[in-house]
Amino acid sequence: MQEFVEFTLGGIATGMIYAAIAVSLVLIWRGTRVLNYSQGGMAMFTTYVAWLVIRGTGSYWAGFVLALAAGLVLGAILERGVVRPTMGKSPLNSVIVTIGLLIFLEGLAGILYGGQYRSFPAAFSVTGLKIGNFALGISPNDLFTAAAVLAAALALAAVFRYTSVGLRLRATAFRPDVARLLGVRIGRVLTLGWALAGLFGALAGVLVTPSTFLYPNSMDSIFVLGFTAAVIGGLDSPAGAVAGGVLLGVVLSYAGGYLGSSLVLVYGLIVLALVLMVRPGGLFSSTAARRV
Amino acid sequence: MTLVRHLAAAVGVAVVLGVISVMLSAYRDYQMAEVAAYVVAVAGLSVLIGLSGQISIGNGAFMAVGGYASALLLLHLGWPLGVVFLASVVIAAAAGAVFGIAAARLRGPYLAGATLMLAVALPSIAIQYAGVFGGDQGLSVTITTPAFLGATFPPTRWLAWVTCAAALIALILLANLGHSRIGRSWRALRDDEVAAALAGLNVARLQVLAFVISAACAGLGGALLAAVTGIVAPGAYTLTLSIALLTATVVGGLGTLPGALWGSLLLVLVPSFLTNVAASYGLSGAASSSVPIAVYGVVLIVVMLVFPAGIQGALRRLFGPASPASGTPLSVWRRQTSASEHQEEGTR
Repeated sequence: MQEFVEFTLGGIATGMIYAAIAVSLVLIWRGTRVLNYSQGGMAMFTTYVAWLVIRGTGSYWAGFVLALAAGLVLGAILERGVVRPTMGKSPLNSVIVTIGLLIFLEGLAGILYGGQYRSFPAAFSVTGLKIGNFALGISPNDLFTAAAVLAAALALAAVFRYTSVGLRLRATAFRPDVARLLGVRIGRVLTLGWALAGLFGALAGVLVTPSTFLYPNSMDSIFVLGFTAAVIGGLDSPAGAVAGGVLLGVVLSYAGGYLGSSLVLVYGLIVLALVLMVRPGGLFSSTAARRV
Repeated sequence: MTLVRHLAAAVGVAVVLGVISVMLSAYRDYQMAEVAAYVVAVAGLSVLIGLSGQISIGNGAFMAVGGYASALLLLHLGWPLGVVFLASVVIAAAAGAVFGIAAARLRGPYLAGATLMLAVALPSIAIQYAGVFGGDQGLSVTITTPAFLGATFPPTRWLAWVTCAAALIALILLANLGHSRIGRSWRALRDDEVAAALAGLNVARLQVLAFVISAACAGLGGALLAAVTGIVAPGAYTLTLSIALLTATVVGGLGTLPGALWGSLLLVLVPSFLTNVAASYGLSGAASSSVPIAVYGVVLIVVMLVFPAGIQGALRRLFGPASPASGTPLSVWRRQTSASEHQEEGTR
């Protein structure tokens, strides 16, 4: 019983990090139909920003905030500078461009900061919480991680739902040509989408790095699992991304806990395969694919 | 007729490659063998993406299957090299069939996600079952140079011959497949799945077949690469390998066999060239290993922005004859529909 609670809560905490990456992928996919393979690289890079700031000022929160700001700026710059020119060409071109970005960012991080593993501080204590003698399997920092991602996701949902910017974002994702005719500045909306995605990626980077160390490839495996979570949830649905992240986190936590950790990625593949066999467009896919 | 032409071209290329391999240094022969191994895997992926319109970010996994299969067969059964390669191809093709059938309903990014996860997950099996697959250390693959070539014959030249011969055979088969009924069906499928299905093509079967072919090619490429590097280990089949295959395919020129060659040359030569340049500028430590990575990323971005159709597309535009269909009403029509399709894709 205790194990089960530990694995469940721990899985949810890690799942929220996959969810943050998944949300960032979904934000970009909805707007531009581009899968951003550089998302992990961007998150790694903004985490280095946080690391520098924390080392310089000694304040965790200054680093935290500046990393998120850097994520916003980086997302906007990359969309304007590199991704925009590939629009209207074969979708594979944008895939390769974002892969090129990933490789470039990892190389640049290596040049600037070196390849060695750096430890990165956590916001709160990482010792496990207990109720009496009953270990919960999560730490105050895990609680903070889950709460931060959840708050960001809820804020995003509120923006989408209640603000005029959110309406523009939704209109552009739904029908860019019609939105443009109605006076929405599509270009700006797409840049905003990338900026928000950069912010979610940066959040994931800062939250996960205390448990992985910081190095140029540190976000690779997190990105793969975040991508998997987005695919499980359905790439058009931010809510699906969160659900997919939590589902993946919990399943991998059970698999690692009960079956041993060495084949965790294989279990992830099995979960993904099972979900996609039943629903080829992810759990939250809204429209059926066209068929004959 | 096509077969005869392809065979004649292959014999010509084989002679040229043989002469080149004799002129090159041992290290260059090694690189030649590496390129030959990659060409097969990249060409297979090019068929999958460029002809059948599916995507895979996980063909490194099928290279792993082919590599481990050949290593195990050589180690335990000691079969002749040709038979080992053939068996590796069959085993990788079977793996491709299993995955292709499971993934037959997936499209676009969903297929990309599933193949990505496959590429990341598969090496952990080799680590888990260390008794069979040698764990992190992997298995060594020893290729002996045949005695009749003499004791002083450079082993890397023999490797270059073996891999180039295997690559040529694979490329001839792929070229013929591309020109066959199956190749035309794939193109129909790629351009419009619904129309292809309405015309009576079995979409699912064709898609699985494309996966099998590309996995078979990746398996042969993996077996050849294992022979070249002399080792199969989980560390060789990382996500980086699968991504490298994809970038080589697209940057070289999607759906074309020469494009597979350009992509593979890029894959093998650019990193070592950049490392040499970095070293000659006196860079050391982390910078010397990171600068080539960053520059390679920039190369990928620039090639895609400047030559959207890849290197082969750019070469064709510069040197090739005006493509036979260009300017005819049909091609104009096709270009317009594909443009409107992109539009439509953007709106969904």
